[in-house]
Formats: sequence, C-alpha cells, structure tokens
Amino acid sequence: MPIEQFKLEELIKNKFPNANILVEDLAGDNNHYSVSIESSAFNGLSRIQQHQLVYKSLDGLMDNELHAMQLKTKGTK
Amino acid sequence: MELDENTKTQIENMIGENEVFLFMKGNPDFPMCGFSSVASAILKKCGVNFGHCNVLDDEKIREGIKSFSNWPTIPQLYIKKEFVGGCDIMKEMAESGELIELLNTRGIETQIS
Repeated sequence: MPIEQFKLEELIKNKFPNANILVEDLAGDNNHYSVSIESSAFNGLSRIQQHQLVYKSLDGLMDNELHAMQLKTKGTK
Repeated sequence: MELDENTKTQIENMIGENEVFLFMKGNPDFPMCGFSSVASAILKKCGVNFGHCNVLDDEKIREGIKSFSNWPTIPQLYIKKEFVGGCDIMKEMAESGELIELLNTRGIETQIS
C-alpha cells in the first residue's frame, strides 16, 4: 500500500523533530521515494545503525507497504 | 516473524561458507529487482568472488534474513559473516571507496574493473 509524500514527510518529521529532511518522489506513484535526513539523533551511530533507526521509526511501512525508499542519513557535526 | 532454528542455521552456513555473500532477488546474471541488480553490479565491479542466494526461491529465507539482521529489505550484503548493509549503504561505500577498503582489510582479493 503506497503512502502519500506529505504523510511520509510528516511521519519522519515527528520521529526526527529537529532534523532537516528532504523527501523526493522518484516515480510519481507514492511508492518510490528518496529520503535524506540530517539529524543529531544519528551522531555517533554507524551507517547501519542510522538506517535501522529510521526503519524502526517507520515500522510496518517498510518493504511490505513502501516498496522502495532510497535513504541517505547524516549526523550533525 | 520469528526466525526458526533451521532457517537460522541455513543462513549462518551461507554466510559462513562464503567470505562475501549477497542475499538478493534473482541472481547476479538475472537480478529480479533494481536494488538487487545494483548491489550485484557493485560486487562484480569490485572483481570479488561472492556467494549469493535468491530469496525469492525460499520465503523462509526471505523473511528470516530480515529478522536475522534486523534489516527490513533485500538485498543484504555480508562480509566475513558481518552484515554490511543494503543497496543504499553499498552504493555509498562503493562511491567513497570504503567497500574496496573493507574487502581488502578483511583480506579479500579485489580486482577493480
């Protein structure tokens, strides 16, 4: 079940309140997004841990619902 | 979905018997998903030998690997039994040269083509 872009943005925003977030719709089908998140929540975490934190916060949305999400994460210096 | 003992052993054998192992959809010559295709192409470009498993052939492996690594998507790359990442992380590491570095530091031969 795809998700509208504003809903995905909202979901990420309330999980990563002080982050700057960029969500791009890659295919116009509400199912393929590129998401980049820069947040202090990632400071000190490895890349895998950063992505796991994002996937955990989008629980249930990944793979079965949201087919494809390219993810780029970064801590804040 | 709980990871049953038998599936867990199967996964551990696969990543134990291959220094570099990729769980993917399809196989390197006939990838069945864009992300799996990119992931296998990256490994081919590194000129590294790698084992692979088509998770579409076995639903238990397809779901089991996600709980095994606590990672919700396929493909998944393992180097010396350690989960390295999915397609996004592989792409980032390939672009920055970290993937080759990791392979070499783990004593795995690479031949960049």
